Formats: sequence, structure tokens, C-alpha cells
Amino acid sequence: MKQLIAILEGIGSTVRMLVRAAGFVPTLPRQLPRFMDQCYQIGYTTLPIVSVLSFFIGSVLALQAGYSMESFGAKEFIGSLVGLSMARELGPMMVAILLAGRVGSAIAAELASMKVYQEVDALVTMNIPPERILVLPRLAAVLVMMPVLTIIANLVGWFGGAIVAHSVEFIALDPEKYFETLRRFTKFDDVASGLVKAEVFGFVVVTICCSIGLNTRGGPREIGAAVTKAVVVSLILILVLDYFLTKALM
Amino acid sequence: MSDCHQTRNPFTHDESPAVGVKLEHVSKNFGALAVLKDVSLEVHPGEIFVLMGPSGSGKSVLLKHIVGLELPTSGKVSVAGLDASDPTTRGKVRMALVFQAGALFNSLSVYDNLALYLREHRVTNEAGIREKVMRALQILSLENAARKSPSELSGGMRKRVAIARALVQEPQLLLYDEPTSELDPVMSATISEIIATLKDEYHVTSFVVSHDRSLALSIADRVGILMGGRLLTVAPPAALREPTDPQIADFLNPLIDVKNPRFKQLEA
Ligand SMILES: Nc1ncnc2c1ncn2[C@@H]1O[C@H](COP(=O)(O)OP(=O)(O)OP(=O)(O)O)[C@@H](O)[C@H]1O
Ligand SMILES: [Mg+2]
Repeated sequence: MKQLIAILEGIGSTVRMLVRAAGFVPTLPRQLPRFMDQCYQIGYTTLPIVSVLSFFIGSVLALQAGYSMESFGAKEFIGSLVGLSMARELGPMMVAILLAGRVGSAIAAELASMKVYQEVDALVTMNIPPERILVLPRLAAVLVMMPVLTIIANLVGWFGGAIVAHSVEFIALDPEKYFETLRRFTKFDDVASGLVKAEVFGFVVVTICCSIGLNTRGGPREIGAAVTKAVVVSLILILVLDYFLTKALM
Repeated sequence: MSDCHQTRNPFTHDESPAVGVKLEHVSKNFGALAVLKDVSLEVHPGEIFVLMGPSGSGKSVLLKHIVGLELPTSGKVSVAGLDASDPTTRGKVRMALVFQAGALFNSLSVYDNLALYLREHRVTNEAGIREKVMRALQILSLENAARKSPSELSGGMRKRVAIARALVQEPQLLLYDEPTSELDPVMSATISEIIATLKDEYHVTSFVVSHDRSLALSIADRVGILMGGRLLTVAPPAALREPTDPQIADFLNPLIDVKNPRFKQLEA
């Protein structure tokens, strides 16, 4: 019962935070430096690992597809399989998980420590709403950066698949054939549905991490607890939402 | 958002009415713990009110009620006649609080800590902000720390930055939580002078929580004593030089008996 109330309270304060942040959207133009800084933070911390991981995910997909398709002579369809899987599912999902782990945890830690060390209280007494300068720029930045990161993940994954399909001996698929089927079966709609997913995931992760950070109570020990909670809740929500979004976008 | 800046500005001398604070039967509980018990208190506009009391008596919690960071369990707090628990009050009355622990923004330099308020409320342009910030830093002998980050400062410097940050906000009501607790005697005297000057020249209302007896006796118009969450007395400082209430006398003039120290009594 107590936990249920805590969950409902959490949802309530998250919604309140979002509504307030939305009310400050007109102040965004003069917060440009803060917004740019957040874009840089998100890109800088996630881009390298997004590139590495999507390369290997693309490679593994090609390998698995090659292994199973080669036996009935359909290996030129490896391209379509890698293309669709990356664009519709694995690209956005992987970017979101990395975002939760690297950016979400950092946001939760920063805001929780600001809360615990009364910096948030100081902002409130200065009549500077934390939603305006702490939450809004991060939300705006993640909405801009998610599609960028996802497109990069898709491209790197597709190329990773092509390289593996070409260089592994038992597949040895011509890159031209690979990209021909990839292009034929991966439509703009597939990529777009992945980008929609990515936007939703990114928005949810940053919202959750901001809310949990700002609602931290107690001493420094709670900062660690807030980070763990923020990442766990983000991951659960990504997986749950993925199912419903996939269904909705079919 | 920035309409609150049209009223008054101590650095530019345009006038606005000073604001008062009123607590009516304020009680505050944290769970089962009663921290404030039926506190009623009025701080007159333009007055320097000093609140003293033992550690843990609820002084910081009382301050937070005035700026609306804590809401009373029962009773009412008002600032300039407006409900302190209403967030819009902060937009109508300029209040600044010097937190006991400083509460500096750790990700910003000392300069940006001071400039943030002026930038966010678009008080003036960057040149004007620079002038105000450097002037406040100068008053507190912090010119050389402007580019430093709060983590590079000593405890006393952090406290001074917190005071400077409150000063640049040019508040109508300035609340200090133990402003001199970490400062040397010379700097403490400077703080006392600042508080007195703000009152005399700019009619700033000051609410000072302090253990510093000499500060209280030299600048206060009235002194309140809070013990165990109850306001025992409010009196002009002269009346506290020779307190009659034994509880207050004990707190203000503790007997130091080196032959029979208190902790020895505990051992027995
Ligand atoms: N957020 C809180 N939750 C629970 N208890 C609190 C909270 N804030 C303060 N208290 C309790 O309220 C009491 C008064 O605290 P307060 O900080 O006001 O003391 P103080 O008079 O400022 O003491 P000091 O002179 O040491 O700063 C303490 O017993 C403290 O434990
Ligand atoms: Mg205190």
C-alpha cells in the first residue's frame, strides 16, 4: 500500500514537473547556451559507445542471418534483415538503453546532488524555477539528439552488417547485393517508426531521471539510490513502452 | 517574471516600501517530531531582527518557512501581507536567503553564482551585471575568487560568496542563517556593518539567525530567543544584557567551570 502511494506520488510530481517545464517553452530561445551545452553533453557521452555497439550489433545480425539463411540460399536477404531490424527495433532500443545508462544516470546524479546540497532550494528562493533552467533544456536537447543518434546507429549498424556479410567466408555476400535488398525492403516508414520510438524513449528517460533527481530527499547517501532508481525505472519503461509502440506503429 | 524589479533597488536608490514578516501561531512537525511550537512573531518593515537559540531549536526551519521552502503544519506565515506559502509571493517580494551551508551552485564559478539571478531575471545587461557582481564581491573581499569554483573555496569564503550572492539580488527582505559562524572577527564586523548599512540607507528588512552575541547586541533592533521550538522572548538587545529568566541567562552567559566541566558530570 505504502509503495503504491509512493509510485502514484512519483507519477504525480513527474506530471507536475512536465507541465511546469512546458509552460517555460517560450524561454527556450534565451536559454540557447544551456540547450547547446546539453546537446553536447548528450552527444559527447553517447556517440562513441553508440557507434561501437551498433557496429557490433549490425555485425552479429549479419552473422546470424548468414548462418540461418545460407542453408536455403537466401543470403542476399541478409541486407533486408539487418536493415529492418536496425531501423525498426535495435537502433532506437540500443540508443535509448545507452542514454539511460550514460546520460540518465548523470542527470539523476547531478540533480539529486543539487537537491541534497540545497542548490535547488536556493534556485526556488531566487524565484528561478528549477523546471525552467534544469529540466527544460535537457528535454529539448534530448528531443533534438535522439534522432541524430539513432540515424547514426542505423548507418553504422548497416555498414557493420555489410562488412561482416562480405568478409566472413561462408557468407561472402557482395556489398552491392546487400545494400540492394536493404534498400528494397527498408522503407522510409520503417526508419521513421524507429525515430518515433527513439523520441519517446529519450523523452521518457530524461523526464524520469530529472523527476527522480529533483525529488531526492535526505543526505548524500540518497544520491546513489536516486541514480540506481532512475536507471532501473528508465530501463523498465523503455522495454514496456517498446512493446506498445511496436504494436501501435505496425 | 522580472516585473518584481520595478520596485526598489538599493544600488540605484529608488525607493519602495520596506516589507515586514508575520508568523501567526506557526507549528511545524516532521512526522512525530514537533520542531516549531505555536510561534507567533512580527518583524517590522526595515527592522533588524536577530533570532538566537541553541542548536537544533528550529531556527533554520523557521527561516525556511518565511521564504516558503517549508510549509507550516498549522498557523500562517506572511511576508508583506502576502501568504509566504504561495509561490507567487516570491515574484512579488524580493527575498534572499543566505543558507547556513551556503548552497552555492557547484557547477558555476563564483562570478556566475552571483550573476545567475541577475541574468535569469534580466535585471540589466552584461556590463551592468558585471558592475554589480564585482561590487558585491569587493565588499566581501572576494575580488580574487571571482573565477574560482565553489569547491576551491574555504568554508568562510563560501559563506561570504553566499552573502554576496544575496546582496546582488538587492532584496527587500534579507534572511541570514548564521552569517558569521565561519568568519574571523574582522569579517564578522564587516557583516554587521553591511546589515546595519542596508537598514539605514536602503530600509532593507533583515532577519538574522545567529549565535553571535556581540552581533546580536550591537545591530539588532530586537532579539528573539527560540528554545525547543518555542519563542521564549522577544526583547530589545539592552534587555538581554542582564537577562532575568534563568533559562535565557544560562544560554547567553554559560558559566565555564574548568574545575568541574560539564562532560565530567556526564561520566559520573
Ligand atoms: N527536513 C527535515 N526533516 C526532519 N527533521 C528535520 C528537518 N529539518 C530539520 N529537522 C529537525 O528540526 C530540528 C531543528 O532543526 P534546525 O535546522 O532548524 O535547527 P537550528 O536551530 O537551525 O540548529 P543549528 O543552530 O544547529 O543550525 C532538528 O531536530 C532537526 O533534526
Ligand atoms: Mg540552523
